[in-house]
Amino acid sequence: MIAEKMTMRDAFIEEVCRRMASDPALVFLSADLGSPKLDTLRSDYPDRFINVGIAEQNLVNVAAGYALEGFTVYAYAIAPFLVMRAYEQIRNNLSLLSHTHRVNVNLVGVGSGLSYDVSGPTHHGVEDISLMRLLPKMTVFSPSDWVLAERFVDYTIDVRSPKYLRFDGKPTVNLYDRNAVIDLHSGFSTLAEGSGVCIVSTGYMTHTALRAAEKISQSGIRIGVVDVFLIKPLPEQALYDVLRKYRSVITVEEAFVGKGGLDTLVANILAAGGSDIRLSRMGFGDSYVFTMGVRERLHELNGLGEKQITEEVFRMLAKG
Amino acid sequence: MTDHERNQLTGFLRDKARWVRSETLKIHRIAQETRIASSLSAVEIFVALFYGNIVAHDPKNPRWEGRDRLIISKGHGSISFYPILADLGYFDKQELFRVCKEGSFLGGIPDPLIPGYESVNGSLGHGLGVSCGMAAALKRKNREETVFALIGDGELYEGSVWEAIMFGGEHRLDNLIAIIDNNGACMLDYCKNVLDLDPIDQKFSAFRWQARTVDGHDLAKLHTALLDLKNDRSGRPKVLIANTVKGKGVPALEGDPLSHIRNIPPDRIDAAIRGLK
Repeated sequence: MIAEKMTMRDAFIEEVCRRMASDPALVFLSADLGSPKLDTLRSDYPDRFINVGIAEQNLVNVAAGYALEGFTVYAYAIAPFLVMRAYEQIRNNLSLLSHTHRVNVNLVGVGSGLSYDVSGPTHHGVEDISLMRLLPKMTVFSPSDWVLAERFVDYTIDVRSPKYLRFDGKPTVNLYDRNAVIDLHSGFSTLAEGSGVCIVSTGYMTHTALRAAEKISQSGIRIGVVDVFLIKPLPEQALYDVLRKYRSVITVEEAFVGKGGLDTLVANILAAGGSDIRLSRMGFGDSYVFTMGVRERLHELNGLGEKQITEEVFRMLAKG
Repeated sequence: MTDHERNQLTGFLRDKARWVRSETLKIHRIAQETRIASSLSAVEIFVALFYGNIVAHDPKNPRWEGRDRLIISKGHGSISFYPILADLGYFDKQELFRVCKEGSFLGGIPDPLIPGYESVNGSLGHGLGVSCGMAAALKRKNREETVFALIGDGELYEGSVWEAIMFGGEHRLDNLIAIIDNNGACMLDYCKNVLDLDPIDQKFSAFRWQARTVDGHDLAKLHTALLDLKNDRSGRPKVLIANTVKGKGVPALEGDPLSHIRNIPPDRIDAAIRGLK
């Protein structure tokens, strides 16, 4: 596999731009957020790109209006602003309206987790998984790399209902092979198989989880790593069938623990299966992160570092 | 249109407005949850739009592509639109006797399940932005239809409305007409006592809209203004400020700053209907 560093947004937007050439129904709206590949898109398709200004509420409402007229709409903004400033617009004009009308709006939020590390808590996206999976008929896509992001363009065109795409703000190396067959509807991938303990992670944390698993393998122990990229709709039984082979599951996410994120999703799946699998949840406690520092350091200070994940794996293994 | 034809049309519209008020009061009798005062101020606006042939539409095909779009952002205040939709054939008139009852699709606040409603309307401040998106999309498709957005004056307190006003002016959406049911009151008081909105027309003009003010109960003037605005495609979105009276037609409501939350008890509905002019 060729490993290359790229931002999810650039991989995604470049592919959208390619599709715009043959699909006149695609329009791209931004709340004044850019990217290098977006510069190409807006110069190639000035009549199908609109910067609505720093106005997330109107971004979503205008997107809904376009979608009601049959367009496939991309609405692009910084993740926490998009999700939380415009939450009622998303609820009423996307989620609720899609019960009676076709509303293909793809909310593209950039800055999941702590990707805007030193910008501080206003820019951290730690609530979006919980908030967006709450909404009926909303698809929630949380890729761990740019290959998944690029592939998801097909899904945005084929599945004609509202979606939230949570993209990392920083370039990341790909975990998936660009030439591989990936079924996005499957919702998750088993990136490592093992026994005893399985880490379930989403987004950026899958990179950290894989590093922890690699380190642990040096002790001759192989653990499982499952990357959940489609938070909703997630084929829950299929995930349960993978997890039931393990004694313990550890969820790892850049989100608050116990508040409806990935951990809650996995806990519900385990409970529904009636399993006695032990569950450990790793994420942020009931507090925002103010400390300055690079992302890995902030993770470490908040119990989400590679070292702490490794320790937690050994703790769970010790329980047998 | 000759003077004679215009007089005939106005007489016809007046008859319809009286009938719509009467039917709206009958709905309120069985569905006391409905916002009667806010629905009565908008009667002439709906009547002019639909019986005055301003809005192109097809009751047999509510999503006909050639229809003019009407977004009713002040959804709570559009119970008076129910009898019009039934009368025009969007659904059976018997449905009007089931408003808010189990199994009915006609609620105290209309939702997009109702044929003839285009969007979600229960929360204020959303409709103008959605209308802007529709109007921009229609232009993109090179279509000629008009988008009408009915909003309340109290709704102008919502910041998202001003995001949409900025957008509409910038993008020269001359296929968009905002109609403000300027009944002067929100829930707890007259708007002038809360945050005075005047002058509304100058605020829109400053954002590059064409603004026009009209007596929202004068059907002849209202009809003419709507027709003029619909035909005007001079590069600016248009706003029609329709000065109305909240609770129009029912003396017990007119002039009451709290009319928004007043009900007319079921046993007084007949008297209210008899009192309609």
